[in-house]
Amino acid sequence: MSFLAKVFIYPINSLILADLVERFGHKPLTMMSQIREKVTSLSLDSPPINITPEDPKLGLKYAAIEVPAGVRGRMALIGPLIEQTEAAIIVENPPTDFGCVGCNRTNELTKYLVRSKGVPVLEVKYPESDDEARDFVYKIAAFLESLPKEKPETGEKSKGKESAEKEDKE
Amino acid sequence: MSSEESALVKIALVSCGSEYAGVQPEFEEAAAKVNAKFIYPEIDVASIDTIGRDFGLEVASGDLRLMMARAKAVVEGITNAEGVFITTCFRCAEGAIVRNEIRRYIHEHSNIPVISYSFTESTSAGTLLTRLEALTTIVRRRHLLTREVQTGLTAGIDSGSTTTKAVVMRDNKIIGKGWVPTTKVLESAEEAYSQALKEAGVSREEIQALGTTGYGRFLIGNHLKAQLIQEEITVNSKGAVYLADKQKGSATVIDIGGMDNKAISVQDGIPGMFTMGGICAGASGRFFEMISKRLGVDITELGALAVKGMHENVSMNSYCIVFGTQSLVNSLAKGATPEDVAAAACYSVVEQIYEQQLQEVDVKEPLILVGGSSLIAGVPKALGELLKIDVLVPENSHMIGAVGAALLASGFVEE
Repeated sequence: MSFLAKVFIYPINSLILADLVERFGHKPLTMMSQIREKVTSLSLDSPPINITPEDPKLGLKYAAIEVPAGVRGRMALIGPLIEQTEAAIIVENPPTDFGCVGCNRTNELTKYLVRSKGVPVLEVKYPESDDEARDFVYKIAAFLESLPKEKPETGEKSKGKESAEKEDKE
Repeated sequence: MSSEESALVKIALVSCGSEYAGVQPEFEEAAAKVNAKFIYPEIDVASIDTIGRDFGLEVASGDLRLMMARAKAVVEGITNAEGVFITTCFRCAEGAIVRNEIRRYIHEHSNIPVISYSFTESTSAGTLLTRLEALTTIVRRRHLLTREVQTGLTAGIDSGSTTTKAVVMRDNKIIGKGWVPTTKVLESAEEAYSQALKEAGVSREEIQALGTTGYGRFLIGNHLKAQLIQEEITVNSKGAVYLADKQKGSATVIDIGGMDNKAISVQDGIPGMFTMGGICAGASGRFFEMISKRLGVDITELGALAVKGMHENVSMNSYCIVFGTQSLVNSLAKGATPEDVAAAACYSVVEQIYEQQLQEVDVKEPLILVGGSSLIAGVPKALGELLKIDVLVPENSHMIGAVGAALLASGFVEE
């Protein structure tokens, strides 16, 4: 199996959701991966997360100039992930420590763009009891199970990738 | 400068995520220039979910709640900060509400000075520098800024872009004034200072302390060995509330100078949020000079003319000093009266200030209008009509910088 569905998660920096998605063999689309790419880039020096004044301009693709720079800067990171999205899990009313990008205007725009993309979207409420927590995980598990897991892939590159994954497991 | 005045100032950065707008390095650069360092108050992440209720302001954005939690950490002394810089995105309504309320909260619950600002991705270190200079000044010279009464014999010189003003004060009274157009910075200052000294009937040697402000403050201050060399935001705020006798509580100061304008939100005489013009001469005294010239009247007569006119009778298509003037000239050709044109010019200036400067500064009464343009009677009238509030123009409103400098300099008399 080489194909992983690219699953957008909301909150986009939720470690728990990212872990759940990975456990079912899919690829979570996360803020962490975007920031990792930014901070490991050698060509930039704009601490702490290497976002430069050019990034909010990239965000113009998703929101007009009248939208605050902080929203557009965040969208410069989140927007490309939405473009790759093949499925999405949206958790409503999560506490801050479950994941948060800090700006609710960004959250509203993010969820809207994901919902209007036409991909399978699971919307679940953040659990407030043990029973709800079990139900929460079951719903997410069932959704992830329902996503296509395999896609034919050809070429040496994919074979190489497969063997690397096997080695990792071993 | 004493060692206390040159020490590193620790400023808590309370922001909704300036790092996402790409301007964080600009913040750091500006802080370094005024020998300040940003610190980030530690908070318990779980408190972000409850802080809205504790604070009394429930908002949806996590980073705005983080700002409240950080402000609380500063006020409660969990974080040792000497000043607070509050900043949120420009054009965010939720951010603007939180920014203003946090500023008020810190001011009411501590003595820690606060400056606030709304940023865009174009915010540069240069833009931030004046604000951080004002903030570090408040930290380093707070004892001076709490001064409400001028004592001894002191003088102040305000070197503006268009005019240079000087005052001599004794025991809380202005006893001499000087006012000259700025040509060569030093020579104009010498002339204005000499005028003020002559009117006061005192010699330079008798002056116990001198303060300088305005564009040429460093040059003049160093030349005349001034005890106080201070940026104009701090000095003008102090001068305005002093002259208006509104030193306690909230106030808004609008300063329309010869070439730029400022809107400053003031609390107990100390500036908080402020905006500075400077990209368009259409909202400055220079615009009035052009119109006066075109109408064939002296600028001192323009105000009386404007009060008699109706701005609605003239259509202006632009605030621009070139195209706006062209509109006024066209109106004259179509039969508009000079009174209406003068009124339209005043309305144009205040409307531009409203649309550009007051978008970021909350207008709290009393509204104190100062600067040379406040002497043009049509300007406070137009501003009052536009904002629907009473506009206070204190006596000597064109001298606020010099008066503020003389008042603050008197702190050095006792020292």
